[in-house]
Amino acid sequence: MHGAGAPLLEESPYGIPSRKLTMWLFIISDAVTFGALLFGYGYLRSASSDWPAPFKFNPSILNVMIMTFILLTSSLTMLGAVDAAKAGDKAKARRFLWSTILLGVIFAGLHIREWIGLIDEGVSLFQNPWGSPLFGATFFSITGLHLLHVTGGVVAIAVISRGFSRGSLTAGHVEATGLYWHFVDLVWMFVVPLVYLLNLSH
Amino acid sequence: MPGSKKSGNVIVKYLPVYFVLLAIAGLEVVLAYQDFSPGVLIAILLALSLCGGALAVMYFMHLNQERRSLFLTLIPAVIFVLIMMNMLWSDSFRLLHMRPFAH
Repeated sequence: MHGAGAPLLEESPYGIPSRKLTMWLFIISDAVTFGALLFGYGYLRSASSDWPAPFKFNPSILNVMIMTFILLTSSLTMLGAVDAAKAGDKAKARRFLWSTILLGVIFAGLHIREWIGLIDEGVSLFQNPWGSPLFGATFFSITGLHLLHVTGGVVAIAVISRGFSRGSLTAGHVEATGLYWHFVDLVWMFVVPLVYLLNLSH
Repeated sequence: MPGSKKSGNVIVKYLPVYFVLLAIAGLEVVLAYQDFSPGVLIAILLALSLCGGALAVMYFMHLNQERRSLFLTLIPAVIFVLIMMNMLWSDSFRLLHMRPFAH
């Protein structure tokens, strides 16, 4: 029985909108997906006696360092976008969102350039010139899934930016998209050391 | 509420976190070129990545500003699942010996 004026629904135990909670739940499930891929890669790498170490400082590691810088900077612009959106400053939010999109596109471009370089050297999903054929499968799976997330994020931010500018979407949508974008950045922090830095060509 | 507060310079506020994350990324590259054994290198790189990840979650994703209940619901569950995966993945060593293409 509810008394007069008593709320019919309980308050969220987390004190956040359902949109944001849903994004957090998606993020933890995605974290587990990436965790499974990275664990699988780790076990295969440990079990293979001839795991290749193809990444030279120039171009691969240098490229990865630039990509890391770009992705971290895009997180910073996303923070600016969320802050501006919450303050209702549509023009500023849009500027920050499009800066984030631009940085995301540059990141994806550099990633594809890295892939093309490896493919030209003979790396494919099932073979490579250096050793265990599983290298290509794990490398392209992990970095490919991350690239898919970046691409999806860029499209999502563009849609959100348009909707927010037109007034059909709210600052809450920008904030939820921001959470996703920071997560993409977070995953990259684990991909770089485990996939690239452990396979350096000395 | 949108429009109810003034936009602050949030980028300046989070610049220290940004620079620490950049420093961690740089340090990882430097350490990767040192002569550590693979096990030690993996441990160091993972520890640094976890520090970077924690900073990103707590500050960029603002988990430190949310209720503690959200943190306690999300983070221990992820850690538990990731640790439990080790129970399953260790079987891949056994399976590898049955697969001729896995050297």
